[in-house]
Amino acid sequence: MARWGMVIDLDKCFACQSCTLACRMENNTPVAGPDQASRGRAILWNEVLPFVEGEYPEVTMALIPRPCQHCDNPPCTKVCPVKATYKDEEGIVCIDYGRCIGCRFCTVACPYQVRYFNWYRPEWPEALKEHLNPDPEVAPRPKGVVEKCTFCIQRLRKAREGAEAEGRPFTATDYTPACVQTCTGRARYFGDLDDPNSLVSQLAASPRAFRLLEEMGTQPKVYYLKQG
Amino acid sequence: MSQPYRESELERAVLNPLRQTTMQFYLVLGVLGLVFLWGAASLIRQWLLGLGVTGLGRPVYWGIYLSNFVFFIGISHAGTLISAILRVTQAEWRRPITRVSEAITFFALVLGGLQIWIDMGRPERVLYPLIWGRYQSPFLWDFTCIGIYLLSSTLYLYLPMIPDLARMRDHMTDAPRWRRWLYQAMSLNWHGSHEQNRRLEKGIGIMAILIIPIAVSVHTVVSWVFGMTMQPMWHSTILGPYFVVGAIFSGIAMLFIFMTLIRKAWHLEKWIGAKQYNYLGLLLLVMSAFWGYFTLAEYLTTGYGSLVHEAHVIQAKLAGEYAPWFWAMVTCNLIFPFAILLWRRGRTPTGTFIAALCVAIGMWIERFTIVAPSLTRPSLGFERAIYAPTLTEVAITLGSVALFSLLFLLFFKIFPVVSVWEVEEGQVIEAVRRKAEELAYQTG
Repeated sequence: MARWGMVIDLDKCFACQSCTLACRMENNTPVAGPDQASRGRAILWNEVLPFVEGEYPEVTMALIPRPCQHCDNPPCTKVCPVKATYKDEEGIVCIDYGRCIGCRFCTVACPYQVRYFNWYRPEWPEALKEHLNPDPEVAPRPKGVVEKCTFCIQRLRKAREGAEAEGRPFTATDYTPACVQTCTGRARYFGDLDDPNSLVSQLAASPRAFRLLEEMGTQPKVYYLKQG
Repeated sequence: MSQPYRESELERAVLNPLRQTTMQFYLVLGVLGLVFLWGAASLIRQWLLGLGVTGLGRPVYWGIYLSNFVFFIGISHAGTLISAILRVTQAEWRRPITRVSEAITFFALVLGGLQIWIDMGRPERVLYPLIWGRYQSPFLWDFTCIGIYLLSSTLYLYLPMIPDLARMRDHMTDAPRWRRWLYQAMSLNWHGSHEQNRRLEKGIGIMAILIIPIAVSVHTVVSWVFGMTMQPMWHSTILGPYFVVGAIFSGIAMLFIFMTLIRKAWHLEKWIGAKQYNYLGLLLLVMSAFWGYFTLAEYLTTGYGSLVHEAHVIQAKLAGEYAPWFWAMVTCNLIFPFAILLWRRGRTPTGTFIAALCVAIGMWIERFTIVAPSLTRPSLGFERAIYAPTLTEVAITLGSVALFSLLFLLFFKIFPVVSVWEVEEGQVIEAVRRKAEELAYQTG
């Protein structure tokens, strides 16, 4: 059984945000519009977050792309009263939209704020509506439930089906989330962290590797390679 | 033919409002009803459109509804404390105010539970925790403890009412038919025999003791909804006891408010008097001191250590955008109660009523300053948020308070507001004591 993880090289990332866009197209996240976005209601499973430190003129800014961290010890799944969110056997934190009661306990428990709530019924401009991903696994979510990055879990299923159709065993390299596939600077790596020969497990062991809020003990499966 | 029954002064005072309805009653009912309808309409709109009609967003996912939840569950402690603790310690002065405090408990719990339902994104899935509930989640601890508390406090409200219900069955023969039927059914064939009395006393005695740990558990697990997360200034061990102290504190305040209003409306000045105001006023003062001590312990420990994430939150509370709330809370919960209640002259109905109003407002603010500021300063510090409630949230909050008062008022339009038999029992005990003292004096 694989333990899926991601490595993001901050030296290679130039914050073009194509990961964010690819994610939107792949996962059918709705368009919030500027007014709602300014009120913190935009749903972006992947976001490039600005961390500004210091005051002008002594300012440094780090831009960090942030998908769900898919923690090995997720604080969000613990607090869900109905097990609508859970970690599957391959380490991916999933949500059952049919069961979520919308209490938003998981959204306040997650220190990374990767979980988003559908404040209204999701909407798209007409032109975008035609280009929604037809995969039923990413069908638009109803209002009142929580959603978040799933490492494009629908692609894992497709990769398995593809390998089976071709009559060959499925390998970890068959499965790539949309953000990794699209990354302009090739800053993202994805694979099986339990496989010692995989690129991700080797990069995760690099002295440059760190994880967000590591001190909280959540054990994220998204690693970053330090800038500079 | 037996002699027509002659009601005592107490019975007249308590039962008359159940017979006659004044214009004032309809007026109050109308006003509360309108506010309630405003809240209900806002809630229906929220259900149709989504929680987007609130001021919530990322990262402030919880706001006023959760504050209301904690507040209502908090004031539900009025019943336990007054009734159970004072019953167990046999404080005689409790007798005229037990029923009011037990009713506050019951309706506050109903309203508290309602707030969680109002806050849910999928209200139609409200029963899912019954089907798929799992005990890793502190919400399940809440559902369980509040459920048990609701059941036991219903029983605790009902048991001491049985003799009064029987009295009404016998004497309120002029009441409408459905009410006579209700009294008949609810009085469980009570006729005041020695055996029945013995069993009732035993039942009340057991419930009074049982309900104390249940109440403590309820407010502790309510705090753990926050305390079990890793949010700065929520993740603190003091939260459980802090919430319990705050609950008792706001519970007494709420009892003051309602018992003063009822004393005035029902003309119960003869029974609810200086003793109750003095003793209960002292209790409120003591709880204010406890609350102040807990607050100091929490803020000094957090502020002195100044861990990165917590420092942002404490700064927002003490000197940032939540400072007006924070200092209003300290003024209402500490300065006003001390200024008024420290002196015997202050512990009058008017004085305690003002102090209690301050505490009720201050404790609501306290709940709010626990819920909101922590969420505006998340650990992964890339953004700062401001939470401003919308008109919908205000309407639903006011509507909830109106519904609470409405239920309370209607309940006491059907059931007696004072436990008549317990007050009479107290009078007998008092008379016997006096007689004994007299005899001792004569023979001594």
